[in-house]
Amino acid sequence: MSHHLTLKDLTVSFNRIPAIHHINLDVGCGSCVGLLGPNGAGKSTLLKAIAGLLPIETGSIEFRGHEIGENDAPGKTIAYVPQREAVDWDFPITVCGLVEMGRYPALGLWKKFGPEDRRIVNEALQMMDLEDYAARQISALSGGQQQRAFLARAWAQQSDIYLLDEPYTGLDRNARLAFTDALHTLRAAGKLIISSHHELNDVPVIFDHVILINGELVACGEIATAFTPENTERTFATRIFAGAHA
Amino acid sequence: MNWLLEPFRYEFMQRAFLECVLIGFTNGFLGAFVVIRRLALTADALSHSLLPGLAVAAILVGLNPAGLLLGGLVAAAIVAVGGQMITRSSRIKDETAIASLYVIAFALGVVLIKYARVKVDLDSFLFGNILGVSDSDIWTSLAISAVTLATLLAIQRPLLLTLFEASVARTQGIRVNLILTTLILLIVLAMLSSLQAVGVLLSLGLLILPAATMYLLSDSYQAMSWGGAGIGVGGAVLGLLLSFWANIPSGPAIIMVLGALFISAYLFSPKYGIITRALRPRHLHEESLQRWK
Repeated sequence: MSHHLTLKDLTVSFNRIPAIHHINLDVGCGSCVGLLGPNGAGKSTLLKAIAGLLPIETGSIEFRGHEIGENDAPGKTIAYVPQREAVDWDFPITVCGLVEMGRYPALGLWKKFGPEDRRIVNEALQMMDLEDYAARQISALSGGQQQRAFLARAWAQQSDIYLLDEPYTGLDRNARLAFTDALHTLRAAGKLIISSHHELNDVPVIFDHVILINGELVACGEIATAFTPENTERTFATRIFAGAHA
Repeated sequence: MNWLLEPFRYEFMQRAFLECVLIGFTNGFLGAFVVIRRLALTADALSHSLLPGLAVAAILVGLNPAGLLLGGLVAAAIVAVGGQMITRSSRIKDETAIASLYVIAFALGVVLIKYARVKVDLDSFLFGNILGVSDSDIWTSLAISAVTLATLLAIQRPLLLTLFEASVARTQGIRVNLILTTLILLIVLAMLSSLQAVGVLLSLGLLILPAATMYLLSDSYQAMSWGGAGIGVGGAVLGLLLSFWANIPSGPAIIMVLGALFISAYLFSPKYGIITRALRPRHLHEESLQRWK
């Protein structure tokens, strides 16, 4: 049985006003899921809620039949990659150091960084094609390399679910292709990737599943069935419910 | 050689050297995290807000080191927590809130110090006097150094994640607020330990100059903290020697040495120095072509 992430009746609010409401969906590992919707539709909110960064108003988030966070080692289930603007690129750390950070949840406070950790870090660098840049400070990378470096860290974390917030922003064509390859490598390794995205043209190339939201769930499923012109139209044309009735 | 060894003959100088090593190491090591987190302004505010605490302690228990330590800690905590309260409950932003509180605290401290039981020299509170360092001051500094180093080494991983990306740290189950509060507490402790040597006004220099220097020299946070500690010790000892030879106040001498190192790194750092970068040969087009071939 493949592992599934299941949201049941999920509502998340800011100051008591729901940003996303009553979301029900189910996605399985080994998929690359595009999270689509207009600005303010609650894409980032949904990702943050799954990551455990926002309190849940109603409903539950389950993985393999258990609520997320229950009985899990921290960081073992979810690797969250924030938007690039949220990162301090002048932080004194190299690419290798960044990827090593992915091992911290497994190491805790005291465990020594061992050969197995080194192997995983090297594997992550190799998978993301960053071996030649391992010693570089993170600001001395191109935008696409920076995104792949964060993906490498997520791989080092050995999580099952990868949550990415607008990773394609600011990437040129070549960087987008390389990043898509990287995502597909993770998918082939049986990971579940959920990535918010705002460019509709390349959705079928990058993703195999989509979640369409505009405050509420419009559709969720495989590209062929869910990413239809009607659903897209419904997602982007409808006025977003702001929480107050006129 | 005689002139070099002469300062070490006096007992007060031996104590001063020991104190320099301790506070230079602690502040230099801790400073890396202050610079990375861009907490220099907060640290400055905290250093100024120590004064009323010290004054109240001097009024209640005289110049007892434990009393001064407690007084300083409480005063800094009031300013830090008060700043947070004002930020959350009004439209005032955090840097304005904390700056407002620390100037008020500082003014209050200057007034209160007049009422101390024993005669207190305001200058030595403001600028320090390392030559007057007592055995109990050294023990206090030693204890603070041990606590700071042990804590930082213990929480290094969660601290680093928190400083880099607080949101990611939270997803990994790290209690971000607890980690940041611990860091602030360590900053106050480190400043209290350097009070006797460089005073309220200059303690910030001992905390951030070594780390800022290393930030210009290295891309590794480990190098920043250990290198900062080295620069802190070297700068403090050299400043003390300079003050002895040139007969100038020790606190400003220490900060000036650290300042000179910082300016030198700014100008001549191999990677980030502005003069080094200006003198670096251009990456010629021909060379690029060569590489492509």
